[in-house]
Amino acid sequence: MTEKTMVKGNEAMAEAAIRAGCRLYFGYPITPQSEFTEYMAKRLPEVGGSFLQSESEVSAVNMIYGAACTGRRVLTSTSGPGFSLMQEGMSYIAGAELPSVFVNVVRGGPGLGDIQPAQSDYFQATKGGGHGDYHAVVLGPGTIQEAVELISDAFDIADRYRTPVIVLADGMLGQMMEPVIFGKYRDPDSLPDHSEWSLTGAGKREPHKVTSFNIDPYELEKMNMRYQAKYKEIIKNETRYETIRTEDADYLLVGFGTMGRILGSVIRQAREQGIKVGLFRPITLWPFPYDQLKKSAKGKKYVLDVEMSTGQMVEDVRLAVGDSLPVHFYGRTGGVVPNPEEVLQALRKHTEEAE
Amino acid sequence: MAVNYVEIDADRCKGCGLCISVCPKKVLRFSSSFNSKGYHPAEQHDPDNCIGCGFCYLVCPDTSVTVLKETSKAGT
Amino acid sequence: MSVLTTFKPPKALSGKEFTYCPGCQHGTVHRLIAEVIDELQIQGRTIMVAPVGCSVFAYEFFDVDGTVAAHGRAPAVATGMKRALKDSVVFTYQGDGDLAAIGTAEIVHAANRGEKITTIFINNAIYGMTGGQMAPTTLLGMKTSTCPYGRTVENDGYPVHVCELLKETGGIAYLERTTVNTPQDIRKTRKALRKAFTAQLKGLGFSLVEVLSTCPTNWGMNPIEATEWLEENLKREFKVGLFVDKVGDDQ
Ligand SMILES: Cc1ncc(C[n+]2csc(CCOP(=O)(O)OP(=O)(O)O)c2C)c(N)n1
Ligand code: SF4
Ligand code: SF4
Ligand code: SF4
Ligand SMILES: [Mg+2]
Repeated sequence: MTEKTMVKGNEAMAEAAIRAGCRLYFGYPITPQSEFTEYMAKRLPEVGGSFLQSESEVSAVNMIYGAACTGRRVLTSTSGPGFSLMQEGMSYIAGAELPSVFVNVVRGGPGLGDIQPAQSDYFQATKGGGHGDYHAVVLGPGTIQEAVELISDAFDIADRYRTPVIVLADGMLGQMMEPVIFGKYRDPDSLPDHSEWSLTGAGKREPHKVTSFNIDPYELEKMNMRYQAKYKEIIKNETRYETIRTEDADYLLVGFGTMGRILGSVIRQAREQGIKVGLFRPITLWPFPYDQLKKSAKGKKYVLDVEMSTGQMVEDVRLAVGDSLPVHFYGRTGGVVPNPEEVLQALRKHTEEAE
Repeated sequence: MAVNYVEIDADRCKGCGLCISVCPKKVLRFSSSFNSKGYHPAEQHDPDNCIGCGFCYLVCPDTSVTVLKETSKAGT
Repeated sequence: MSVLTTFKPPKALSGKEFTYCPGCQHGTVHRLIAEVIDELQIQGRTIMVAPVGCSVFAYEFFDVDGTVAAHGRAPAVATGMKRALKDSVVFTYQGDGDLAAIGTAEIVHAANRGEKITTIFINNAIYGMTGGQMAPTTLLGMKTSTCPYGRTVENDGYPVHVCELLKETGGIAYLERTTVNTPQDIRKTRKALRKAFTAQLKGLGFSLVEVLSTCPTNWGMNPIEATEWLEENLKREFKVGLFVDKVGDDQ
């Protein structure tokens, strides 16, 4: 299907999940993602799936745990306060190695915050959130089209590595409308086979046990080392990023998701004003493209990281770039989105300092 | 004719005594020896009076009791 | 001459030795559940969800597919499973801290939705696993390590009556409170469990059996004293009996 349809981000991501073969949704309404939940409520019964509005996000994540135990594709969507409630379950899901997809349509925080777009859940998504030595894969789409594609990839990555995958969107992406080309419908019966380990009723085989539990510290250490080996594979195979006009650039902008997209339009205007700048946009936020960013930053005069937060990803940017060149930060928070003119101003200021 | 008796898995038994307390015929007691867990397991000291009621099996929390019945056909 | 086995452990148990203290009735209830699974011939399609509590290893003790949920979340995990696999038989096994404190929301809503799962609820009026702290079902005046002067209404409120709370939820198909002290009680509990699983098999809704159960270790008694204490004290606070039965007699 190559036809373009105008859709709202939240609904587009929901439809993408259904096309990826997901027939199970458990979730709890929260702005700015409720259209996602509502879309699933309407669509899943049409395709023979199961939709359930849970009593809380605590329950939702545990329903995901249960459904994922059966080896079926399952997804939930939420926003900051709800995703905080899901962290206990995320940790259990990572420990029990259950493929599952979580969409966080991030809003301003902390606490109840507001319902405007933000990127201030970066730490929570990429550095754990729950307890224990675990990671979830984190994907940061910049456009609705990319979100649609990443939802589908998220399920594939989840299945391939038996891991939770987070799609870190934001209120802007969730609420705006854009023309989108959807992927083909995937047949739920021809998806990756999990019969080796899934809980389906033992029938005539030996019973399967799925758990994150082991009271023997040496055995639990072994389990942890197995997760770590898997994370290494993910880092090797799944790290993604995009660069725009970095080769001839003197300065490098870094931003992800909606911010990355806005920075794309800053480049053109900056170059018109004689500031030769390029963009590095991480697409996987975990694994973060450290080596690739280091390479792109090489020989530049400075890096300017821009976020819809007070500076979270910038810590990873600094880790990647090291002391070889200055890393500056510009951000707005609380649901305020930096506009191109503000970024241009910051660029001009740092360029003057650098010359 | 039928003879009832019980088998107690001495190594599984935790010596809780629930079977002993519930036996209507008082044919169970603690063994004087220890099992591998360090408990005095239950034993049947008087199988002749066991009626095969299964009470000991029913109350045993550790599935250590099996109740059996020996049958010999009439005339043989 | 031949030998017949009249009572022997059920097939649906894995045979692994229980990790419970001597005389702890968790084991008795495990065996009864397994007997019912055998009787109903559902072992091959049963999935169990163990709790966090002394029975955290329960998924190892049953010879069925199984997992262990986060503390209190078993009904939500079971819901996810059952929604994904409608033909499976899913049961949770939970203690009083797990079900009636941290997992209160999950159990009430699973019951109210009429989720087609079965819950076995072990009420021993204490937190066994963590060493004898106050449970939501701890009796007034009862001493535990976190109510060392005895539970008071002023500080801790009243013991939670799970069956009385749940009986008004629309989705309940079977609800009974039992004990497993005497052979007669044990037979009654098995019958209740059979009905609870039958409610699920018939698609009638949510079913729960609350079993008043001993914790000799944290009650500080020997196993026989514990059964007596249960008779005299727990049973006075928590009335044994049938609360809801939509299954009827024609099983
Ligand atoms: C979120 C969380 N909080 C606390 C604990 C510690 N914890 C483990 S078991 C338990 C209480 C178990 O009591 P109960 O459910 O009554 O089961 P029992 O051991 O008595 O059978 C607690 C508080 C935990 N594992 N997880
Ligand atoms: S079967 Fe009955 S009589 Fe025989 S030992 Fe057991 S409880 Fe006693
Ligand atoms: S009830 Fe079971 S565990 Fe307890 S003493 Fe008797 S045989 Fe042993
Ligand atoms: S602590 Fe109590 S509930 Fe836990 S196994 Fe021991 S007796 Fe049973
Ligand atoms: Mg308890």
